[in-house]
Amino acid sequence: MKRNLFIGSALTAVFILAALISFVWTPFDHAVLNIPNKLQTPNGTHLLGTDHFGRDILSMIMVGARTSIAVALVAVGIGMGLGVPLGLWAAARQGSWMDELIMRGNDLVFAFPSLVIAILITAIFGAGAVNAIIAIGIFNIPVFARITRGAALSLWQREFILAARVAGKSTGRISVEHILPNVTNLLIVQGTIQFSLGILAEAGLSYVGLGAQPPLPSWGRMLADAQTMVSIAPHMALVPGFAIILMVLGLNLMGDGLRDYLDPRLRVVRA
Amino acid sequence: MLRYTLKRLLSLLISLAVASLVIFVVIEVAPGDPASFMLGMNAQPETLAALRSELGLDVPKVQRYFAWVSGMLSGDFGTSYTYRTPVIDMISGRLWVSLPLALYALVLSSLIAFPAGIFAASRRGQAGDISVMGATQLGVAVPNFWFAMILVLVFAINLRWFAAGGFIGWNNGFWVGLHALTLPAIALALPQAAILARVMRSSLLDVLGEDFMRTARAKGLSERQALWRHGLRNALIPVLTIIGLQFSFLLAGSIIIEQVFYLPGLGRLVFQSISARDLIVVESIVMLLVFSVIMVNFLVDLAYAVVDPRLRSRT
Amino acid sequence: MTLLEIKNLSLSIHNIDILDNITLSVGAGEIVAITGESGSGKSMTALAVMQLLPKGVTTTGQIILNDRVLTELDEPDLCNIRGNDIGMVFQEPMSALNPVHTIGQQVTETIRIHDRSVSRQEAKNRAVETLNRVGLPQDQFPLSRFPHELSGGQRQRVVIAMAIALRPRLLIADEPTTALDVTTQGQILNLLKKLAQEGGMGLLMITHDLAVVADMADRIVVMRAGKIVEQGDTNHLLQNMQHPYTKMLFAASGHQVSLPPITPKLPLLEVKGVVREYRLPRTKIFSTPRTFRAVNDVSFSIRRGERVGLVGESGCGKSTLTRAILGLDQVQSGVISVDGAPVFSGGHPNLDVRRKMQVVFQDPFGSFNPRHRVDRLITEPFHLLADPPKGTARTRAIDEALLAVGLTPQDANKYIHEFSGGQRQRIAIARALIIRPDLILFDEAVSALDVSVRAQILDLLAELCEAYNLTYLFISHDLSVVRTITDRVLVMKSGKIVEHGETTSVFENPRHPYTRALIAAAPVLPDLSQAIA
Repeated sequence: MKRNLFIGSALTAVFILAALISFVWTPFDHAVLNIPNKLQTPNGTHLLGTDHFGRDILSMIMVGARTSIAVALVAVGIGMGLGVPLGLWAAARQGSWMDELIMRGNDLVFAFPSLVIAILITAIFGAGAVNAIIAIGIFNIPVFARITRGAALSLWQREFILAARVAGKSTGRISVEHILPNVTNLLIVQGTIQFSLGILAEAGLSYVGLGAQPPLPSWGRMLADAQTMVSIAPHMALVPGFAIILMVLGLNLMGDGLRDYLDPRLRVVRA
Repeated sequence: MLRYTLKRLLSLLISLAVASLVIFVVIEVAPGDPASFMLGMNAQPETLAALRSELGLDVPKVQRYFAWVSGMLSGDFGTSYTYRTPVIDMISGRLWVSLPLALYALVLSSLIAFPAGIFAASRRGQAGDISVMGATQLGVAVPNFWFAMILVLVFAINLRWFAAGGFIGWNNGFWVGLHALTLPAIALALPQAAILARVMRSSLLDVLGEDFMRTARAKGLSERQALWRHGLRNALIPVLTIIGLQFSFLLAGSIIIEQVFYLPGLGRLVFQSISARDLIVVESIVMLLVFSVIMVNFLVDLAYAVVDPRLRSRT
Repeated sequence: MTLLEIKNLSLSIHNIDILDNITLSVGAGEIVAITGESGSGKSMTALAVMQLLPKGVTTTGQIILNDRVLTELDEPDLCNIRGNDIGMVFQEPMSALNPVHTIGQQVTETIRIHDRSVSRQEAKNRAVETLNRVGLPQDQFPLSRFPHELSGGQRQRVVIAMAIALRPRLLIADEPTTALDVTTQGQILNLLKKLAQEGGMGLLMITHDLAVVADMADRIVVMRAGKIVEQGDTNHLLQNMQHPYTKMLFAASGHQVSLPPITPKLPLLEVKGVVREYRLPRTKIFSTPRTFRAVNDVSFSIRRGERVGLVGESGCGKSTLTRAILGLDQVQSGVISVDGAPVFSGGHPNLDVRRKMQVVFQDPFGSFNPRHRVDRLITEPFHLLADPPKGTARTRAIDEALLAVGLTPQDANKYIHEFSGGQRQRIAIARALIIRPDLILFDEAVSALDVSVRAQILDLLAELCEAYNLTYLFISHDLSVVRTITDRVLVMKSGKIVEHGETTSVFENPRHPYTRALIAAAPVLPDLSQAIA
C-alpha cells in the first residue's frame, strides 16, 4: 500500500524538520524558566502549553526531537556498521568456527537487553546521552548481524553466486558485489524499524535517568518530570507521549510501506 | 530428545559462564578499585587497605572471579558495599515483585496476542484484519512507561479501581498481590502483545500458503479445521522465538515500569545502587537478569523440540 | 459409466482468462491424463475439480461428479466430498505432509474427519491397512513415523494413502512423480495404476511427461494456454494426431539431435581416485563423528572434443562431483586435473585451470543476479582472465556470445527478468562460452525447461558443437536427453561410477544391473515417427 509509505514518510519528515528548525528557531527559548507562566494548558501563545517551570513545551519537544533522532540514528549506524559486516562474514563462512563464534556472540548480546547494558555503562561511567547511544547501538548489532546472515545464507545457495565462484571471484568480493546489493532492501526496512525502536528505547532510558542529562532536553525526561504532575497537568504527559507515538508510528508505517514497495517478501524482525 | 536437551544445556552453561565473565570484567575490573570509589578521593591508605581486605579485593582478580561465581552458586552474592548486608537478602525480596510482574505481563501479552493474531490471519484483508492490524500498529508505537502513566491517571486517580502505586507484598494473599500488579502488567503487556499479534498473524499466513495446508483441504477439512489442526502448531515455531525474546524486554521493561508505580522491585534497587555506587549489588542484579533471559531462551529451545519433531531426532 | 464430467468450464482470475471452455470426462476405472506445457492450465483444471481454487477466481460451466454438480455445492457439502469421493495427490511429497504430525495421525485424519463414529482404534486399523495397500507395511513403517523420517517416494506413498483411505471414486494426481527419481517414479506409477484397476476408481492424472502419459493413460487430453487442443483414446490419438501443437509436443519430447563426428585427441579432464566426504552430525555425544562418502573413488577422463554424459539419481553424488571438478570444494583424496594441472593446489583453487572450465546450471531463474544487466552478467567470467577485453573488444565479445546462442546484441542492456526461461538458459550458455573455455559442465541444464524449449536448447548445443568444437560433461537424470546429446556416458550410483562406455552401447546393452534398472524404469515414448510426420 502506497498510503502507508506516504503517511509514514510525512510524519517522519515533520519531526525531522522540527528538529532541524530548532537549531535556528524555536517559539520560545526551551531552557528559560518562567515560573509565573507555569502549567499553562495549550493556548494561543504556548501552542502546547507550559511545564511546571513555565517552559514552552512545543520548544522543548522540538529540541527534544534532536536528541531522540540523533541517539536513534547513531545507534542504527553502529548496529548496521558492525552487524552487517559480521552477518556477511558469518554467512560467507557458514558452518566454520568463525560463523559459530559470531552467532554465539550474537546470542550472548541478546541476553543483555539495552536497558541492562545502559545500567552497566552508567554504573561505571555515569549517565549521559552517549551511554544511551552505545547501549542501544550494541543491542542493534546482533539484530542486523542476524537478519543479514539469514538473508545472505539463502543467497549463497543461489546459482548466480555459484556462477560468480566459478568465475573465480573471492568470497569477500562476492559478498560485496552480489550479496550486499541483494540485502539492501531488507536492511533499509529493518533500519527503519530499529530507528523507531531506538526512539522508544531512548525515551525509556532518559525517563529512568540513564539517558540524556539536563540541560539537554529529551522526551523521556519530559515524561519523568510530568509524572508527579499527571493529575493536575495531564498535558505535560500527553504531549511528549504523543510526540513519541507519532514519530514511532511514522517510522513503522514508513518501514511497512517501504517493504511493500521494495519487496513484500522481505523477512524483517520486530521484537 | 535427550541429546538435544543435553546439547542445549551445554550451550546454556557456556552462555552463563561467558556472560558472568563479561559482567565481572566490566564492573569489577574496568572501573578500577571499588574501595576507592566508596571512600572517595581523600581516603587514608590504611582505611582503604582495611576496606579492600574486608571486601576481599586484595586477592588476585582471577581468584576473585571464581570466588564470586562459586559464591553465587551457593547463594552467596557478597555483601553490599553501602549497607553492609548480604546482597542476597536485598535482592530476594525484590525478585518477588519483578519476576511475577514480568511473567504476569507475558501471560497477558500471549492471551491478547494469540486470539488477535489468529483472528486477523483468518480474515486476511477484511475489515477485521485491517482494524486489528491498525490497533497493533498503534500498540507497537506506545512507550510502555507512558502508557503506565495514562493508566494511573485513568484507573487509579480518576476511577480509583486500583492503587496508583506501591506494593505491600504477597503476604495478604495471592489475589491482593495480583491486583496490585495488574496495572503495571497491562502497561508492560500491551505494546508487546501488539508485536506478538503481528508475528502470530504473519507466521500463520506463511503457514496457510504451505502445501500441506492444501493437502489438508483436499482431505475434506474445512478452512477453519485446517487452520486449527495443521496451521497453528506450525505457526507457533517463529512465535516461540519472539516470546523468548520478549521475556527479556518484559524483564527490562519491568525495571522501568516499577519507577512509574513505585514498586519495590529490582529496578528501584538497581537505580539506588547505581547512585550509591554500590557496584556489587548492580553486578548481582545484572547477573540475575541475564541469567533469567538465558534460562528462558533455554526453555524456548526445549519448547521448539516439543512442537517440532524434526528437532527431536536431528542433532 | 461417466464418473466425472467437466462441461464448458471457463475460469479467470481478476479478469485474466486461465481456462477456456474445458470439456472432458473420466469414467470409473479409467485413467485420463491431462498434459501440456507450463501455463497450459492443467493444474488449475485439477484444482477446479476439487473446488480448491484461489481467491478471486470466477468460473462458468459445470463440473459434475456422479450426478452432483460440484460447481453449485456449498462449502460444507464440498468438504464432505473432498477426501471422501475425490482424493488428491500433489507434486511435492516433501512439503505436502504436515511436518509436525505422524503419518498415522495424517492418514487417520482423513478417515475420522468424514465419519466421527469411527473409533480411534478402528481408524488406526484402517490406516494400517491403507498404508499396507500403498506399500508401507507396519513392521517397517509404523504409524508413529514422522514425514521427515521417510524418503521422497515413501512420503508420496503416504500422500496417496491419505487420498485413497476412504476409497474415493475419483483420484486426482497432479504431477505425482515429477519430484521423484526415475526408479521411484516407476513404482509410484505402477501403484496408481494398480489402485485404479482394483477399485474401479477413476484416475485423473496431470503430467507434463508425455512418455508417462503414453504409458499410463487410457485417454489423453492435450492442453495449451487454457484450451484443450486435442483429446482422445491414447492409442488412437498417438497414431492419428490432428493438431499441429500435439504433433510438435510429441516430436519435441522425443527430440533427437545429431552431433558432429569427433576425432578425440589428448585427455583434457582427468579425474583420478577422487573421494569427497562430508561429516555427519554425531548420533551420540561422545562418539567420533561419522562421515558420508558422497563421491567414492571415482576415476574417469574426458578427451578434448568429447561429449560425455553423467547420469544418476538424486543423492548419487553427481552434484558433489560437479562441484569438485569446478574446484569449488576440495576433495579428500585423488586428483582432478585439466590439461595436466590440478584444479585445486595448496588448499586453493587454481585460477589458471578454472579459466578453462565454465558451467551452465539448472535453474534459469536463480542463476543470474537480478540486479545486473545481461552484459555484466555474461562477462563475469572475464574476471578469470589476466587481461580481460575492454572497450570495443568487450562489446565485440558480448555481441558474438549473444549471437552464438541465438539472441541479439541489443539484449545486452536488458535485465534478466525481461527474458523467458529458455532465453535465460541461452544467456547462461553465452556466459559459459564468452571466455572460450576448453570444457563446459552442463549441470541439469535442460531439466527445468518445457519440452519444446528443451528441444531448441538441445539443437543449439548441437550447433555450438559444430561451431566451437565443444568438450563437455553433461550431468542429468534424464536418460533420453543424455542419450542424444553425448558420445560417452558414465552411470553413477552411491558415489561410484558403476558403468561407463559409448552412449549407444550402454543404452542398448547395459551391463550393470543398476543401469538396466534405470533404463527399464524410464518411461519411453512409443515410436511415433509415422504419427508426427
